[in-house]
Amino acid sequence: MNHLPVAGKALTLLFTAAFLVACSGSGSKEDEAAAEAARQAEVAAAEAAREAERQAAEAAAAEQRQLEQAAMAAGNVFYFDFDSSVLKPEAQDALDAHIALLKTNDASVRLEGHTDERGTRDYNMALGERRANAVRDYMVVNGIASYRIETISYGEEKPVAYGSGEANWSQNRRVELVK
Amino acid sequence: MTINRRVACLVRVLFLALLAPLAARAELVIEITQGVDDPTPIAVVPFASTGAIPEDIAGVVQGDLARSGQFAPVDRGDMLSLPSSEAEIFYRDWRAIGTEYLLVGRASAAEELRIDYALYDVNRQREVTTGTVTGPVNEARMLAHRVSDAIYERLTGIPGAFATRLLYVSVTRNPGGKDYYRLTLADSDGARPIVLLESREPVMAPTWAPDASQVAYVSFETGRPAIFRQDLQTGAREQLTNFRGLNSSPAWSPDGNTLAMVLSKDGSPDIYLLDLASKRLTRITRHYAIDTEPTWMPDGKSLLFTSDRGGRPQIYRYNLQSGITDRVTFEGVYNARARVAQDGRNVALVHQREGQFHIAIHDLVTERLHVLTSTDLDESPSIAPNGSMILYATKLGDRGILSAVSVDGGVKFRLPARSGDVREPAWSPYISQ
Repeated sequence: MNHLPVAGKALTLLFTAAFLVACSGSGSKEDEAAAEAARQAEVAAAEAAREAERQAAEAAAAEQRQLEQAAMAAGNVFYFDFDSSVLKPEAQDALDAHIALLKTNDASVRLEGHTDERGTRDYNMALGERRANAVRDYMVVNGIASYRIETISYGEEKPVAYGSGEANWSQNRRVELVK
Repeated sequence: MTINRRVACLVRVLFLALLAPLAARAELVIEITQGVDDPTPIAVVPFASTGAIPEDIAGVVQGDLARSGQFAPVDRGDMLSLPSSEAEIFYRDWRAIGTEYLLVGRASAAEELRIDYALYDVNRQREVTTGTVTGPVNEARMLAHRVSDAIYERLTGIPGAFATRLLYVSVTRNPGGKDYYRLTLADSDGARPIVLLESREPVMAPTWAPDASQVAYVSFETGRPAIFRQDLQTGAREQLTNFRGLNSSPAWSPDGNTLAMVLSKDGSPDIYLLDLASKRLTRITRHYAIDTEPTWMPDGKSLLFTSDRGGRPQIYRYNLQSGITDRVTFEGVYNARARVAQDGRNVALVHQREGQFHIAIHDLVTERLHVLTSTDLDESPSIAPNGSMILYATKLGDRGILSAVSVDGGVKFRLPARSGDVREPAWSPYISQ
């Protein structure tokens, strides 16, 4: 309970105003002093409100920064097993960070599905789309409107790792979230 | 959005296609890796010439016959004489070097090019066949391929497919993702390459109209996949689809009126038919699984396609009259991207065995599957119009190359590119004269 000091301050101001009014003998001077005191009180209150607002904005900005940092730390690439479009737990965790951030704005995202070089090209086009759709569906279920999400499949046409072998293939079986 | 500007600067469509093919250096180099056990020796004598003949006609014919794997052409250095007519032939010279057949000829260029040729049986000392081909002088190589077609048919009983062309996609990878995708048209031996389309975005799935006058393909030049068709004579290009989701796997019907394709606009990838005149679209498969890679049976009455409705990709057949779908392949866990030979019986496809992807032939009559290749990551088989050879894409080291294998697996050759990755070959139908 912190009312007393404030109440005390107000009382002091009131007494001071009364004293000034009593001593001056002149009505206009008394009015001026009272108006001045009221102005000061108003200024003090406005300052307090601004301070509270500033603190709230700072807290919100810090929270936003935290969401952005979490989304960035989560990365924008989600990986899959061979011939699979099942989201892995780590991909879900990463997506949760993006979803939390997307709930604070109205940005649109593009999901680009990719596969490794094994299997036929047109089947891989379909598989890449299935992967992008799996990510989209997870985002929609978790509260992101579907109109904010565009999907496209590049199949095996745009690898990030050019060589053969699982070390390269595992990097290419992916969905990239692009803003 | 900047798509229009991007299209303008990222895509080049090259129009001159068949009008004035330049004598560009072949991008593909042919290396024969396996021939038949006992190829037939044949001597193709340099043709006598009148006027300016822009090509070594006999050299082109000799290359064709060697590439078939069924013939062993005699080295020119071993020839004791260079006859160009029967009167100049001394059979004992040819018996001495062990050749069975002898091809001689004359080429004369005036307003048009005329090639007369004659084939002789060295052991029987008699003429087997004679013939004449004529055409524009700048089509000398194609005319030479027509001579090869005639000789091949006379000696094997199977029409030749040398006077045909190839489409393929090549990719040049550049640092920073500035890749170039090119759709190229070349002769069946890789000569005279012409770039039909150059783009910074993927180009896929080239395919021929049945009369070889047009091609269709998928291009991402608009930022999304779309199906285009392009006329080879005029260069006229038409964007046929722009649907949300997949626009892939165009396949021309044998009558040329319909394009089968894969769209996912209604949810999962399904097969649709686009009537090219009315632009009416008909959906023919409805399944939550992936249905893709349609290809027509030669009679146009049914289509084969790949589907994972059974859990893994297998080949299915859709009968257009009955609307019934039945499964075609059962061997192994991965059979995809079928292409049917003109006999309606041999189906070339991609088959996975022990983790590796090979080209195989599935016989629709015996329902047996024969694996033809032993390399890994083999894909995109395309059958020659005479049904003898299958062209496909594979990897050599880290590079994508084209290879060919005969339908019986006996003959193999590679067509590595001088640079970049090459993929998705499409062998043309027969080209009318």
